[in-house]
Amino acid sequence: MKILYFAWLRNKVGCAEEELTPPADVVTVADLVAWLATQSSGHADALADMQVVRCAVDQEYVGLEHVIGAAREVAFFPPVTGGD
Amino acid sequence: MAVKVQADDFDLAAELAAMRAGNHNIGAVASFVGLVRDMADLGDGGRDQVTAMTLEHYPGMTEKMLARIDAEAQARWPLEASLIIHRHGRLQAGEQIVLVACASPHRTAALEACHFLIDWLKTEAPFWKLEQTPDGDGHWVAARDSDTAATEKWR
Repeated sequence: MKILYFAWLRNKVGCAEEELTPPADVVTVADLVAWLATQSSGHADALADMQVVRCAVDQEYVGLEHVIGAAREVAFFPPVTGGD
Repeated sequence: MAVKVQADDFDLAAELAAMRAGNHNIGAVASFVGLVRDMADLGDGGRDQVTAMTLEHYPGMTEKMLARIDAEAQARWPLEASLIIHRHGRLQAGEQIVLVACASPHRTAALEACHFLIDWLKTEAPFWKLEQTPDGDGHWVAARDSDTAATEKWR
């Protein structure tokens, strides 16, 4: 699946997107976060505090308990700050 | 009923004229324009001058969320027309960032829907601001609880 990182998460991870195949025991977003954190110190740093990270699966906001299923795209980013 | 995500600036008068062109059921047009301020709240109580900012977004999801917010406004108020334009990329202090406009037969729906759209946009549309200060360091703007509270009041 494609994993996307935006804003300071991209800075910490060191890339904007990557194509990864998580192991079969990664079922929920929380599982994915735990697995991603083992990929590098940058990943671990970016995903250390999920209170300040939001997640979207196939471009829909989801919580940590969301089951990823056959999702093609998972994005991690800070709370949004558009507008004025 | 129209959503645009673009790097280019927009002409407020031209956009509002195009939005209501030919529709004589419209008796009220309300609009909101957000601008880049030249001061930033750095969150630690100190304030520093902001020379420019870069607005990053999530292409695809941004348009999807804005269209959904727009549809929600259409469902809640009797609107004849609506428009959201949000810019991305590098912007200087004083530049226009966002336009929200709503047209309705009467003022109440136009004003309320416009307020709703800008409040919801701030917490639902995937944009992030990187502020550039004179020392050259970029600073990712943190979300504000007051923005979340502003959205909550419409639920």
